[in-house]
Amino acid sequence: MIRSLLGSSGGTGFSLTLAALAVTAALLVATLAGVGPSGFLVNIIGQLAAFALLALALDLIWGYLGILSLGHGLFFAIGGYVMAMHLLMHSFETTGTVPDFMQFMGWKEFPAYWAGLGVFPYALAVALVLAGVVALVTGWVSFRSRVGGVYFAIITQALVYAAMLLMFRNDTGFGGNNGMTGFSVIFGLRMGTETASAVLALASVVVLALGLVATRALVSGRLGRLMLATRDDEVRLRSLGYDTIVLKTGVWVVSALLAAIAGMLYVPQVGIVNPRILSPELSLEIAVWVAIGGRGHLVGAVIGAVLVNALKFWLSFAAPDVWPFILSALIVLVVLVFPNGLLDLSRGFGALKARMRREGVASLDPRRAGP
Amino acid sequence: MSALLIDDISVEFGRFRAIDRLSLAIDYGEIRGVIGPNGAGKTTVLDVVSGITRPKAGRVVLDGGLEITRASETLIARSGVRRKFQKPSVFDALTAAENVAVGVEGRLRRTAPAAEVRRRALDLLDAVGLADEADRQAGEFSHGQKQWLEIAMVLGGDPKVLLLDEPVAGLSDEETEKTAALVRSLKRPDRAIVVVEHDMGFVETIADRVTVLHEGRTLFEGSMAGARADARVIEVYLGR
Ligand SMILES: Nc1ncnc2c1ncn2[C@@H]1O[C@H](COP(=O)(O)OP(=O)(O)OP(=O)(O)O)[C@@H](O)[C@H]1O
Ligand SMILES: [Mg+2]
Repeated sequence: MIRSLLGSSGGTGFSLTLAALAVTAALLVATLAGVGPSGFLVNIIGQLAAFALLALALDLIWGYLGILSLGHGLFFAIGGYVMAMHLLMHSFETTGTVPDFMQFMGWKEFPAYWAGLGVFPYALAVALVLAGVVALVTGWVSFRSRVGGVYFAIITQALVYAAMLLMFRNDTGFGGNNGMTGFSVIFGLRMGTETASAVLALASVVVLALGLVATRALVSGRLGRLMLATRDDEVRLRSLGYDTIVLKTGVWVVSALLAAIAGMLYVPQVGIVNPRILSPELSLEIAVWVAIGGRGHLVGAVIGAVLVNALKFWLSFAAPDVWPFILSALIVLVVLVFPNGLLDLSRGFGALKARMRREGVASLDPRRAGP
Repeated sequence: MSALLIDDISVEFGRFRAIDRLSLAIDYGEIRGVIGPNGAGKTTVLDVVSGITRPKAGRVVLDGGLEITRASETLIARSGVRRKFQKPSVFDALTAAENVAVGVEGRLRRTAPAAEVRRRALDLLDAVGLADEADRQAGEFSHGQKQWLEIAMVLGGDPKVLLLDEPVAGLSDEETEKTAALVRSLKRPDRAIVVVEHDMGFVETIADRVTVLHEGRTLFEGSMAGARADARVIEVYLGR
């Protein structure tokens, strides 16, 4: 079952996931009509969808191109910070209240470069252009100088760490260690109301579904085959005449854009952005979600992100202190036992069932379990 | 004019000189066998010609025009050089037909309709005897099948200069014979073929001329019969 859920070629897993997203979206519409899940659950659903989109972004380059980024939080944060700036401006423009942020920054008015960010399409464009340019530069420079594998992972981790240190400084101008919070209005809706939460969650689920459809179209086409070829043997591909640097940089940029969009969805749902979004731990965790879902299967990344984060949400109520240990255990399990994540688990399960059938352990085989 | 002119190249790895002032000219219409003991520098020469390794000195000129020693791997490939690696290198995640299609297309941007590319890929698979395996994943192939698949893949680029590094390593006698017939069929007046091999019998059946390398230098150049009779060749290679 899990295998068919994750299957990249067989479309069942993909269709099932899309169906699940459609049902979730319908529930959220019901919330808008006043009969669906409550505000708290709605908020969790929305956050999970944003994380799933982030995992999808990483799987695109790690699973299909074999490029591991341990710094995807950087693009997530770019989206998140720009969205926060948009929300502060928008809230200020609609309610006239000066955000606390301005006061502790010691500002009388928004700096000139904030101009226009209150308009959402502009803010969206700024986030995408910023993430795209940062990805273009980091990708092009690294791939051109043949940096790959572990070195690339380390570089991306160092980048996200440097960005975190930079943002922790109060004089950088983005709220320092306090970050930005106190968003009161989004798209003209009061933040924190059931309607606003449901709209945000719905947007996240819909964007996730669109992201899934788009990335699947990308990987199952001609470019997807070239991505797999790059992953399998880049030197071979280059010596057939392909410019693999262009391919890698292009997909790297697409991945960064998806991560930035995820950040834009995430920040309004948690109501705050601060430099901890750039912590190396978060960037590492994204890789864990993907690894657990089974990399190289877009649906796997989504499932991995949802499962791990749902567990994390639940544990943060039940036993907040044990999360780091659970996470470490999951990492060890994935690295040592199931290098292909849940996919291995289902394969192992299939193999076990086959062996039981061969050895005639009929009672354990559901297909033979008689009365 | 030579298809490939290797002019006085030297390659060093640290303080070790793998290629020592080697010169070699290969003509169109020719199949050149390159033999030599392990570590003689055969693969390194192919690495230089395909742009993977840069020589410390000397130059390599393709077709009297492109200076290979200054061009990128991508440009060298686009100028008509194709290379089969010593370790069979195919894309495990793709099917045989998809592998060959990648070789046929040769660039990121689509240049021909998918159906046409596939037809050409199937023709090539047929030529190397893998027509029935077209839609199987390359990762499942045997060693020999991978060797042939890689040959089909490099033929997809319709190479002017074809470099084959140990195409029969690990193959049975029957498979070796089949490969020899295949390589002979690839000979064309507008194509130069370089075959690196240990298997003397194989080289004898396909090569017009042979070059014997030893410690990064040319020890002998001429016919295979001549090589077998050459005292120095016997000493370093045959006589072991
Ligand atoms: N990247 C490298 N770094 C260091 N030494 C290298 C490198 N590549 C090759 N060498 C050395 O250069 C010499 C020539 O190697 P090469 O692979 O060209 O030999 P070959 O003639 O192809 O041998 P074989 O028949 O075993 O394939 C060997 O001594 C090898 O160890
Ligand atoms: Mg060799």
